[in-house]
Amino acid sequence: MGIIAPTVPPGTATPPGAAGPPAAPPLVARPGRRARQENITGWLWTSPWILGFFLWTLGPMVWSLYLAFTRYNISQPAEWTGLSNFTTALSGQDSLFWPSLTRTFIWAAVMVPLSLAGSLTSALLLNQGMKGTSVFRTLYFLPSLTPAVASAILWRFLFQPDFGPINYVLRALGVTQPPLWFSDARLAMPSLMIMTLWAAVGGSTMLIFLAGLQGVPQELHEAASIDGAGRWARFRNVTLPMITPTLFFNLVIGIIAALRTFTTAYVATGGGPNYATWFYILHLYQTAFQNFDFGYASALAWIFFVIVIALTLLNNRFSRRWVYYEGEARP
Amino acid sequence: MSAVAADIPQTVPPPDGLDTGGQGRRTQSVSPVGERDSRGRRIASRIALYALAVFGACLFMGPFLFTVTSSLKTPAEIRAFPPTLFPAVPQWQNYVQIFQLPGIPYAQFYLNTAFITLTATLGGVITAAASAYGFARFRWWGRDFFFMVLLATLVLPEEVVLIPKFLMFNNIPRALFGQTLIDTWWPLILPSWFGGGAFAVFLLRQFFLQIPRELDEAAYIDGANSWQIFWNILLPLARPALATVAIFSFLGHWNDFIHPLIYLNTNTKFPLSLGLRYFLNQPADATQPRDHLLMAASLLMVLPLIIIFFAAQRYFVRGIVMSGIKG
Repeated sequence: MGIIAPTVPPGTATPPGAAGPPAAPPLVARPGRRARQENITGWLWTSPWILGFFLWTLGPMVWSLYLAFTRYNISQPAEWTGLSNFTTALSGQDSLFWPSLTRTFIWAAVMVPLSLAGSLTSALLLNQGMKGTSVFRTLYFLPSLTPAVASAILWRFLFQPDFGPINYVLRALGVTQPPLWFSDARLAMPSLMIMTLWAAVGGSTMLIFLAGLQGVPQELHEAASIDGAGRWARFRNVTLPMITPTLFFNLVIGIIAALRTFTTAYVATGGGPNYATWFYILHLYQTAFQNFDFGYASALAWIFFVIVIALTLLNNRFSRRWVYYEGEARP
Repeated sequence: MSAVAADIPQTVPPPDGLDTGGQGRRTQSVSPVGERDSRGRRIASRIALYALAVFGACLFMGPFLFTVTSSLKTPAEIRAFPPTLFPAVPQWQNYVQIFQLPGIPYAQFYLNTAFITLTATLGGVITAAASAYGFARFRWWGRDFFFMVLLATLVLPEEVVLIPKFLMFNNIPRALFGQTLIDTWWPLILPSWFGGGAFAVFLLRQFFLQIPRELDEAAYIDGANSWQIFWNILLPLARPALATVAIFSFLGHWNDFIHPLIYLNTNTKFPLSLGLRYFLNQPADATQPRDHLLMAASLLMVLPLIIIFFAAQRYFVRGIVMSGIKG
């Protein structure tokens, strides 16, 4: 569709100069020139992003793929080593690769369902038409504004074993040996989970759920209650199917975000104690920017990329089974 | 917000004709029509609902408020046992002291963050608007293909390009000018001037598509060129979307940690995120607790974000919701 053409209904534009507004005929008469000009103008306008895509995304990705097959530490030119980086990782020669990958998957497997359930519950609560809903919404949302570094500092203080408020409460409740939280290898992960949930549950995921809930037509609820459906039945059979697109979106974004966990762990625990919170991206960061092993780190980055893409595609594929789009014909 | 059912006409009269007051109607709108609840049960469930909401608010805000009061304590109070909730006398000078700590240029961190964030956000908004205009208003060879690419990059994990980008900023300027751009702000700002990220372009494109094309066409007929249409017609109409994009870009750059961590080495160049961690990792003198100062420093980092949130809540929420729509 051209810029001018749509004002002239198709089929009536045959005699040039006879119909349409006075400025239109010369443009309509020479569609080739017009289209070429529009082509160039469009390219020029979008060129910042297109250039950026080649410069900051595609180019680096190709470079990274090349580096993944080399040994490179900046000071010496890259040396082609074939698949050796990948075998180092996958064979377990790098003793931190599988543990950090498994740990990251466990983290995602726990965090994604918990934060989705928490966000959906909060959104359902805020969708009950209470007085002061917007105040509650703001209070729930504020923690998610806290930058990861600030929230790590805050929780290190709250979890401080000796004089931190959480252990004080535990002592007051009669716990004689309150936990060491971030300093305990077994509790470091759960501590990070609590900290992350605090920031995640009331954040953008909740707001997206809230928007999804408000799109559920009230008539469906009314029809269901007239048919005798209780609260749970209405949630299960009306609300939940209607918000599956929102759920799907939050699921995809949530999985990617969980796999990318870095800053909170890096600041709160530094990956410790004893590698208990050594996530995949921490391993990547350490390999590249502390050990300057850029070739191997690029291989790690590509393995990560392939995993993320595979999971996203898998999600997409399975979504056909459970995501319901309104107005879509169902087989 | 109260859109739940307030406007829905009551097709079925309340089961018991007793409550016609405001409270009753509100309850009616929630526990849906036709449900045979007694009035007592309804009030009880209402109270439970509010109790739950308040409990949630305590969970979310408790840690936050504790940070605020801790930041106003004396070093002795912060380690006092049993801990107190409130300081005896609010120590406002803590907020002055964090700017005077030896070896921690906190004011410099603040200025650095402000500069990096503002220049990157400015570039991001300008170039994202231009790119979105190209996507929304012109037919060009490859447009639909590149739009698919744009959508694909929305889920692309940034970690894949971390290493080559670092090498680009190190090796290419070194080869061309004999000087690396590592330990400068260029790597933190420059990439934003190329479209400002896929989400920004996507959001603005969707917004431009909603603006009637007839406005452009009328201007074309009057002899306006694409620049004039962009500047005089579309941008003024797109202000809400621009605000949304600007806010998200601001948040992203203000909170960014991994990029400064990779690119910066000199502490006077650190932004707040890196500076706070630097402060946290300074060897601590056991006799000189500084948690109160860490709390104050963290809160000062959050403060601008809270101000922006309250000043522009509408745009904020809209942006988040927009991000969910495409899913």
